[in-house]
Amino acid sequence: MTADALRPANLEEPRQLGEAEKRDLVAALRAILPGDALLIDDEALRPYECDGLAAYRRKPLLVALPETVEQVQEILRTCAARDVPVVARGAGTGLSGGAFPLSNGVLLVMARFNKILEIDADNRVAQVQPGVRNLAITEAAVPLGLYYAPDPSSQIACSIGGNVAENAGGVHCLKYGLTVHNIQQVKMVTMDGELVTIGAQSLDAPGFDLLALVTGSEGMLGVIVEVTVKLLPKPERAQALLAAFSTVEQAGDAVAAIIASGVIPAGLEMMDNPAIRAAEDFVKAGYPVEAEAILLCEIDGTDAEVSEDIMRVRELLLAQGATEVRTAKDEAERLRFWAGRKAAFPAVGRISPDYYCMDGTIPRKNLGAVLRHINELSDEFGLKVANVFHAGDGNLHPLILYDSATPGELDKAEDLGGRILELCVEYGGTVTGEHGVGIEKLNQMCSQFDAAELTQFHAVKAAFDPAGLLNPGKAVPTLHRCAEFGAMHVHHGQLPHPELPRF
Amino acid sequence: MADQDLTQELCERVRVAAKSGTPLCIRGGGTKDFYGRQCAATDVLDVGSHRGILSYEPTELVLTARCGTPLREVRAALAEKGQQLPFEPPAFGDEATLGGVVAAGLAGPRRAFAGGVRDSLLGVRLLNGRGEALQFGGQVMKNVAGYDLSRLSAGAMGTLGVLLELSVKVLPKPAFERTVVFALDEEAALERMKALARSPLVITATAHDGESLYVRACGGERALEAAEQALGGDPLPESETFWQSVREQTHGFFAGELPLWRLSVPPATPALHLGPSFIEWSGAQRWVFSDAPAETIHTAASAHGGHATLFRGHDGAVEVFQPLPEKLMQIHRNVKQAIDPVGSFNPGRMYSEF
Repeated sequence: MTADALRPANLEEPRQLGEAEKRDLVAALRAILPGDALLIDDEALRPYECDGLAAYRRKPLLVALPETVEQVQEILRTCAARDVPVVARGAGTGLSGGAFPLSNGVLLVMARFNKILEIDADNRVAQVQPGVRNLAITEAAVPLGLYYAPDPSSQIACSIGGNVAENAGGVHCLKYGLTVHNIQQVKMVTMDGELVTIGAQSLDAPGFDLLALVTGSEGMLGVIVEVTVKLLPKPERAQALLAAFSTVEQAGDAVAAIIASGVIPAGLEMMDNPAIRAAEDFVKAGYPVEAEAILLCEIDGTDAEVSEDIMRVRELLLAQGATEVRTAKDEAERLRFWAGRKAAFPAVGRISPDYYCMDGTIPRKNLGAVLRHINELSDEFGLKVANVFHAGDGNLHPLILYDSATPGELDKAEDLGGRILELCVEYGGTVTGEHGVGIEKLNQMCSQFDAAELTQFHAVKAAFDPAGLLNPGKAVPTLHRCAEFGAMHVHHGQLPHPELPRF
Repeated sequence: MADQDLTQELCERVRVAAKSGTPLCIRGGGTKDFYGRQCAATDVLDVGSHRGILSYEPTELVLTARCGTPLREVRAALAEKGQQLPFEPPAFGDEATLGGVVAAGLAGPRRAFAGGVRDSLLGVRLLNGRGEALQFGGQVMKNVAGYDLSRLSAGAMGTLGVLLELSVKVLPKPAFERTVVFALDEEAALERMKALARSPLVITATAHDGESLYVRACGGERALEAAEQALGGDPLPESETFWQSVREQTHGFFAGELPLWRLSVPPATPALHLGPSFIEWSGAQRWVFSDAPAETIHTAASAHGGHATLFRGHDGAVEVFQPLPEKLMQIHRNVKQAIDPVGSFNPGRMYSEF
């Protein structure tokens, strides 16, 4: 991505702090944090300009790196008293700009909360700080025969606090669920500096299911300072199949057939021809490059279970018209099957100067129709699209290829991405399956939700953060924005529920 | 009773009630009237007639139905296609509805192995206190757009609104199930459950009735043979009947006279000795008959990181759910206010505060 392609874009700029206000804020934060935990110099702030959505950059007012819960509480109290907004951030691997900083706000970097506090094998849970990397939890649990199931592609780098904030997914979601299904408790600091425990060490907690509400709330309701995750027994065996198809529709039908047969694979991924070719050129996984689509199917469980299911799925795939079905003969081959899928994004990065990764979910039965529509849109916009996706749960990741050095191409890629997400909504799906809304999909939220629903979201946000200081401007668009986007018709300036404050 | 769509009528009733400040008691089949506190409203909002399965395609693993759809109808539709509700909800009566199942948030024997009600909930159409029918979540497996107000509604006892329509994730019913029994006392059973929960076997339920430990395994024929070999124990011939009696509390244990408490604790919690107890969910759910003061039971549960609910045998006027810390209660009041601003729905059903 070239620097001239970067723009703060059409995002609303928040109220700027005066010099005196800024001096007062810095002095107050210095009293809370040690010298190296407060960054205010231009150069020190630059690495924090963006998260994984690198097309958008904005320098935060300042960066705070707390290492205790008390410091987080004090920082939030200090900011609340001064009406200063706060954006919390983990490893910064999010792809939707959920941790995009504010030029008048504090960026609260949780990287120093990096300890695994306890692994309780008998209760199959781990208590961890939010800055712990997703994969580090599994690495620590494996010697006890346990693991943490959600595995976003970024698991080597992304932090569990960010996973909770985004309700992150991954390859194993169909069988093992999203983050929300795999955590039991969070400790969270609200904007007024209070520490609350949500969920419990037991399987359920009294009262509303606030744990579900907080998971995926994109840092808008509180700052997570501790997470209790569930651990699962490591399956005895995992076995993978690779099937090639001459049409994507056939591959889609095969997905439905597997599920109808009663088998729930641990992973069920599809790649289309452009993605297969890119991956094969890159990692030489031995993929059939002539195939229009391949399916990767992994079955896990006990030895007997896997043997039984693998045979069944193999026969099904052949019956569904697969031109070739390979069963990984050993662990090395299983890993090779996956290597291409896992490297699909960087592989596409090699064949195009830039790519833009989208994230929508559709009912599986519409796979063929949606892919056909995406192809038509690709022709209309003159930009190639490679498709890699979690076929088992209908979560698409179209990769839009473009060149940011060509004037106007980024805009075109974003417009095409937006159209694809709207297509997902038209087919009964959603604008985000696992990456979150952030700043990226604010406009498309206007397609999925109507004014009353968005107003309800804002009211729930206000229940936690009445002044709207936590991560403002993310996840839920203002009605004003939707009106401008054109998805909402406002007659004579009359909005629904004029009595409610607009955020 | 024929399927019918009462969305407009229900919205209108709620708008009128909100305007006049008349609170409503939401009622479907009425099979869970015993659960929770008594609703402080006298006007009943009958949602039992708002019924019908709206969509169900086995290959999508999703069923969408109106709230008043009888649970038995949902079960029958799923069984016909070899599928089931993964959380095995108790019905507690023939009139149980899908809306009531989700609002009560109660799960059966499979809960520790397949997740609870909220884990299977994909989306709801929620009628809020302003009389608006709002869609949250949807019919797809992965959806992280907006706040998760659908799962928030699971177990909220109708205090956040009427769950007009519900989309739930369903799963294939395993081809076979077998149960084996071990004569073990409570301590030994808890130890065994702890070990089994860490094994990769295809176990889908465990229970201890005071004398014996019951372990259910489900799956394909070969997987079950392997599990049976690894487990040992004596085969229980009427596996399905037994687990149904646990789920519906028709098992002999539940015939006690004293107040029945449900304790939700970390599974490895040792035996609590609070009274006659029935253990499920690998140790994570303990049913206890006791007339000890609520505080004693609450303290025992919270000492181990859990909580306790007075499940049956109360007059509906006492607090039945474990009290919340003040800040958490404040958040509850705020959330309730955000969705049901004038307090129309089920006042007092969950806590006396709202």
